Amino acid sequence: MNRAIADALAAAPERGVQEDVMVLNMGPSHPAMHGTVRMVLTLDGETVIKCDPEIGYLHRGFEKQCENATWSQVFPYTDRLNYCSPLLNNFGYALAVEKMLGIKATDRCNYIRTILGEMARLADHFTSLGAGALELGAMSAFLYAVEARDHIWDLVEEVTGARLTVSFARIGGLKEDLPDNFAERWEATEPRLWDVIKKLDQLSTKNRIFMDRMMNTGVIGADEAVSLGFTGPVLRSTGVAYDIRKDSPYFAYDRVDFEVPVGTNGDNFDRYLVRLEEMKQSISIIRQCLKGLPGGPLNVDDPHIMLPPKELVYNSIEGMINHFKLIFEGIQVPAGEVYSYTEAANGELGFYIVSNGTGKPYKLRVRPPCFYFMGGIDRMIEGGMLSDIIPTFDTINMIGGEVDR
Amino acid sequence: MSRAALDSLVAAFPQHILETTDRLGDEVAIVAPAGLLEIANWLRNSPELAFNMLSDVTAVDYLARNPRFEVVYQLYSVSKKHRLRLRVPVGAESPSLSSVTSVWLSANWAEREVWDMYGIRFEGHPDLRRVLMYEEFEGHPLRKDYPMQQSQPRMDLRRKERDAVEEYKTLYVDKLAQARKAEP
Repeated sequence: MNRAIADALAAAPERGVQEDVMVLNMGPSHPAMHGTVRMVLTLDGETVIKCDPEIGYLHRGFEKQCENATWSQVFPYTDRLNYCSPLLNNFGYALAVEKMLGIKATDRCNYIRTILGEMARLADHFTSLGAGALELGAMSAFLYAVEARDHIWDLVEEVTGARLTVSFARIGGLKEDLPDNFAERWEATEPRLWDVIKKLDQLSTKNRIFMDRMMNTGVIGADEAVSLGFTGPVLRSTGVAYDIRKDSPYFAYDRVDFEVPVGTNGDNFDRYLVRLEEMKQSISIIRQCLKGLPGGPLNVDDPHIMLPPKELVYNSIEGMINHFKLIFEGIQVPAGEVYSYTEAANGELGFYIVSNGTGKPYKLRVRPPCFYFMGGIDRMIEGGMLSDIIPTFDTINMIGGEVDR
Repeated sequence: MSRAALDSLVAAFPQHILETTDRLGDEVAIVAPAGLLEIANWLRNSPELAFNMLSDVTAVDYLARNPRFEVVYQLYSVSKKHRLRLRVPVGAESPSLSSVTSVWLSANWAEREVWDMYGIRFEGHPDLRRVLMYEEFEGHPLRKDYPMQQSQPRMDLRRKERDAVEEYKTLYVDKLAQARKAEP
């Protein structure tokens, strides 16, 4: 509750029945709440004076399940964390286990992870911007954005075999190399993405209605955002240039040249602009990586970590035993604990892992960026209008699978 | 860089730091529960360290160990770009720990989740409710002695939920009105 508003209300003269505050239950079955969040709002007219977000409607016991799965069996679960950019979750988890094992992925693997990760980031931002525009009434912007996302998913499908539930990363490498014609396919896709980014920009950025809905709504200050644990585009919109890709580079991010866009006001419009600019940077990163894509092996050469090739499994007893041990007992990760962090599409995606030296994680904690957004969203909403909730909830891009785990 | 942070923490609070490690590039300090709040405040406010972001709070249940739980804090400094992890051991008997919500705002929901999943209470937390599970849920699911296949009883429809209007009135409007009347 905003103290200033409460003070003003209390100071107001006698209020009639119709002027009294009311409680509105928004969600969980509300199209703007993305189906998974409930907000108990206390309203004074159309002004929100108190907001109590309630999450957990998509809780499926991610951490409990992971504690009962081998290290490799966790990958399909991570697909379903942020279901807009599953590849980034895959790679984040793989990086965490690799840190634990003390191994480094090969150069080629790092480049491919960067390329695919940036494609996932593009898809995520397209979804976020498109859906955000849709919920403000801009149907056409949404259709263009989803078309662009589909182009990316076509490419992802060509590489991984699936559009959404990819499970493409492996501990110490990847499932497969890029297909031979990937560079040409990207060449064909890239202009289409530029085209849609340009269209989105033309449709929204100078659109009077869009500007009125987005500007100066859902404002958060830099210090408050840092203290609330905000990361990613939401934090960068306040002017704090915290991007893990720059601050502690992983994969091939230290070998590519890119900018970290920041905003100034920390409002919805800045978050929109930051995402729009980040997409342009992502495309540039992909282009640089494809240009410098090194040859060499894709996966680490260690039979304790990587599965043997299928010819060896079917034709030699050693290969078969190796396969059997890795599948049934899992990769043996040395005892210890590690916190590994990557820049997912919404911010810092952290994995805190504790191993007791067996084939299953003893503890696997995900630090989802959106969980902390939901913890602080009341500060962005209270004091604003009811209708401002819609753009605010869109630009923080809350993903139910990640928040509720 | 974070090695320096760890060293200065040990130098400032030798009585509260039980152990330190720096395996795999992660600097960790194991902190006695009594010193947590003081250390948190110091880490946040010290100009050289400036740990202004609490990235994450979680707990680990070491069932066979004594003390049984360990609450884990991941700290980050946006300006200094260094990290530190605090681990605080907590006993099995009615586990509780002082809350750091007064130091970092992100502790609010993170501590709610630890309470929800592990049943560790945080003294001084403004609103310690379950966050992922529902209020009627029995037990704390991420404890190691909570069975994977445990089912929960079906609950009745709620009669009345928290009345936010009443809460709003008693908490703010009435109090403020009273305060106003009391003024000369």
